[in-house]
Amino acid sequence: MNGSDWLPLIALVLVVSSVLLLVGFAIFRRKRTPVFREIPAFTHLRKAIGRSVEDGSRLHVSLGHGSLATPQGATGLAGLSALRRLADLASTSDKAPIATSGDPSLALLSQDILQTSYKEATGGGLPDSTNARLTGLTPFSYASGTMAVMSEEHVSTNLVLGSIGVEAGLLTDMAENQQSFMLAASDSLPAQAVLYASAQEPLIGEELFATAQYIQPSPMHAASLTVQDILRWILIAGILLGAFLKMAGLL
Amino acid sequence: MKNLLSTVIAILAGLIVLVGFFLKIPILLEIRTILLDWAVIVAAMAVFVGVINMIRVNNTQLSSGQNSRYYNLVLMVSLVLTFGLGLFFKTGHPIMNFIFYSIQMPIEKMLMALLAVTLLLASIRLLQKRLNLFSVLFLLVTLLILLGTAPLPFGEIPFISRILRPFITQILAGAGARGILLGIALATITTGLRILLAADRPYGGK
Repeated sequence: MNGSDWLPLIALVLVVSSVLLLVGFAIFRRKRTPVFREIPAFTHLRKAIGRSVEDGSRLHVSLGHGSLATPQGATGLAGLSALRRLADLASTSDKAPIATSGDPSLALLSQDILQTSYKEATGGGLPDSTNARLTGLTPFSYASGTMAVMSEEHVSTNLVLGSIGVEAGLLTDMAENQQSFMLAASDSLPAQAVLYASAQEPLIGEELFATAQYIQPSPMHAASLTVQDILRWILIAGILLGAFLKMAGLL
Repeated sequence: MKNLLSTVIAILAGLIVLVGFFLKIPILLEIRTILLDWAVIVAAMAVFVGVINMIRVNNTQLSSGQNSRYYNLVLMVSLVLTFGLGLFFKTGHPIMNFIFYSIQMPIEKMLMALLAVTLLLASIRLLQKRLNLFSVLFLLVTLLILLGTAPLPFGEIPFISRILRPFITQILAGAGARGILLGIALATITTGLRILLAADRPYGGK
């Protein structure tokens, strides 16, 4: 068996152990929510949502252009999960939240989420089915279409949660011009560098995937973060062990 | 009932594709290929539905008399024209190439150039917005990398371009980037598993 033959086996062990841990933590720690480190961006987000509900302005969630059929799809799914919670929080607002995306399947799912949330909150269907929008199919056309939404739809709170590249800088600039709140996160490293310099509240790395838990905690999302931490420690131990064995000439 | 059915289909499809990656059982691989082919067809149909959504949004704005109605009109005319020409001429036809290389690409490049200006402004505003050690460090490193890369009138600064820049980009930034990417990869695993376990159901609005 050479090195590459081990990879599927290692991946299988990783997936199976993650499933067991995820289910285990979600069931056994259902009543005791673990405490995660405080991320000030989420505290500011809650205040911004409160303000937008009070003044009747709109909440805008931008889900990026990561196709669900690619590895970037996970970022979009994390964004959708957060959108559901944000839509619930903003359900008492005069104006329903608006979701923009650069991928058609994300646009369809976000429409489904906004409609379900509105239906559960009011008992009726979403009055405006154009609240979930496909704003462009290429990165820059998506950014320019989203900028138009930010400037024309009376938006006071913006969230960029998804796979987006450096064009995120154009969105943060628009938010700055509109003097609206902007929390932004992406899975792309260049985009994270851009967001760090330009966004009001940037999230770095996997913080994007924790958004749903920080907005509205649930046992499964809490378990998910705990499993991530456990896997991280296993990875750290593996890297250290590998480096040690390599230095000792055993690898 | 509809939600239950979509949940069952989603879990089954996800499981088959995942297990097919680990176990090379012929029948499983065959089903996996069929499912992936279906996913491609559904994704293509989603583009069509997405474009209809775009037309509806622009049509609503056009009829509501907003300030941006002229832009909406330009978008609708361009969309219909490009779609019509695309149906008539094949991909790679000079007219289609003209639309792509002479209209679409220059516009996107112009936005890229605009981005450079907005980033410069954002860097200037960074200290005003968040005055802390990390912001100062961020700006200092940006300046050092630019100094180590940009052609200077008096030639390069050897210490910066030969020692400091490679050390920052290849060791510090490289290691940091790997750490961030590993964190994202782990989060991707748990996000995928939540979907597979039906804890998150974006297809049912949950």
